[in-house]
Amino acid sequence: MWPFLLRRVGQALVTMFGVATLIFFIQRLTGDPTYLLVPETATREDIAALRHSLGFDRPLVVQYLEFLANLVRFDLGRSIVQNVPVVTIIASRLPYTLALAAGALVVACGLGIPIGILLAQFRDRPIAKVATGFVLAAQSMPTFWSGILLILVFAIALGWLPPSSSGDFSHLILPSVTLGLLSMATFARITRTSLLDELSKDYVRTARARGVRTSRLLWRHVARNAAIPVITVAALEISNLLAGAVIVETVFAWPGLGQVTVQSILARDFLIVQGVVLLGSFVTVALNLLADILYSVVDPRIRLEVAR
Amino acid sequence: MSGLVAQRITFSQALVKTSRWWPVALIAMFVAAAIFAPLIAPYDPNAQNLVGRLKPPGTVSRTFHYWLGSDELGRDVLSRIIYGARISLTVAFASVILSGAVGVCLGMMAGYRRGWVEMVIMRVVDVFLSIPAILLAIITVAVLGPSLLNVILVLVLTRWPRYARVAYGQTLAVANMPYVRLSAFMGASATRVLLRHVLPNIIGAITVVATLEFGLMVLFEAGLSFLGLGVQPPTASWGAILSVGRNYLANAWWIATLPGACLFLLVLAINLIGDFVRDYLDPRIH
Repeated sequence: MWPFLLRRVGQALVTMFGVATLIFFIQRLTGDPTYLLVPETATREDIAALRHSLGFDRPLVVQYLEFLANLVRFDLGRSIVQNVPVVTIIASRLPYTLALAAGALVVACGLGIPIGILLAQFRDRPIAKVATGFVLAAQSMPTFWSGILLILVFAIALGWLPPSSSGDFSHLILPSVTLGLLSMATFARITRTSLLDELSKDYVRTARARGVRTSRLLWRHVARNAAIPVITVAALEISNLLAGAVIVETVFAWPGLGQVTVQSILARDFLIVQGVVLLGSFVTVALNLLADILYSVVDPRIRLEVAR
Repeated sequence: MSGLVAQRITFSQALVKTSRWWPVALIAMFVAAAIFAPLIAPYDPNAQNLVGRLKPPGTVSRTFHYWLGSDELGRDVLSRIIYGARISLTVAFASVILSGAVGVCLGMMAGYRRGWVEMVIMRVVDVFLSIPAILLAIITVAVLGPSLLNVILVLVLTRWPRYARVAYGQTLAVANMPYVRLSAFMGASATRVLLRHVLPNIIGAITVVATLEFGLMVLFEAGLSFLGLGVQPPTASWGAILSVGRNYLANAWWIATLPGACLFLLVLAINLIGDFVRDYLDPRIH
């Protein structure tokens, strides 16, 4: 186990370093990142002063090394507009995004897994066709459209739920459903595939031949094995949910990281954008690592293969 | 499947057989709308009529007949949707072709050259793929500034690793086949081997990825425009129309919902075709 773990963690660290490097250089695509940080009305002197105070007039290598050093100390710089450390802003918004992602995950699993089971169990019946259509539709629906439809129906027409912004629990429902519907399709598909894979195996046939009842077979034997891919997909899907939150938060004026990112772009507060992108990428790398470790714990063949 | 020998049916036969013609028809309709927009659209998409603001579908105001209603400046929503198809499809076509070309070239090189070339390219691919695509797109647009060309550039930058990874895996498998190795042994250059022998073998898998990516690119462009980071106003883009319509949901539902419906239908049709292409090209099924 240890060689696999060390190797995999090492890989993740190298990837994180690569992500930081890529983001550092993307900022310099246009040459001078100072222009990303100043309002359009700034004078030449303002720009020069800011450039100097942020150290953008120094050699690129020095800037790069300092960027990495700050990153290791969790220092993402200060917001120019609000004059507050970026870490503080992220910390104040993060709980909202986490709540939204958690709500969406509940919706996605709660709908996706039962639909997946249904698809596997009634493969050729009309009900499976209907469910397939539903999954495909959910997958093709842009969140900013499904969100707007939900607002129209449940907030404007029926008046059951608040249309936007944050507050009590009821504010979380529409955004969670909107975000969750997209991942629901992924869960339904993976549950279906992994159940069908498992049902076609020899031990299932043997158990059937020995007269084990279908329900017992499903829950005692098949469900456990089929759950493995579903769990790993869940770990990967969390990062998709966090990324999807950018748009959903904008639709519902939900005060999470996504909203602050979009606002910061329009306000030319670039360090916040950079901070959120770095955080999102690191979380993705960490979740990928977690998924691999989870997988290797339940299926030892994988870590043997990687270690070789 | 009956018989021992799988019967290969032609693409068009299969399309008719499985009665999956409607997604194709739908896409053809959108493509036609995009190409012939100036002929089809009843009005100039940017022509304003301040007397006829936020009019519901079917309203007649001055010289305008708003089949699908009007927006906050009295512009015809139908005309704007038709012109919006141009932006969606242009961005999707351009970004799929460019990112596919870049990704396939690099992926094939990594799979064929091996050694440090492979290591460098595939590590870079890993890094790109570990940044959530929408975040990478957002930060790059934030740096470059929003415009049609930049949106395409950003999507190419964000999406090429997808193709690279698939092309790499496929090339690894093909490059070891005896006839490919023989060709290299007989003195064929790497370019020739890759273009003549490797590419035709991997193009199927690439097509599957490209079809699914096409739908994603339509969604990405609309998403960026929705956030205000795509094509800039007054140019009509589905995402941008939707974003403005969000402010008028309570009294003018048609502005936001109708372009969204087009987006949904287009992406749904592409996904259906994508599933179909995957099934058709998957050798395990035949």
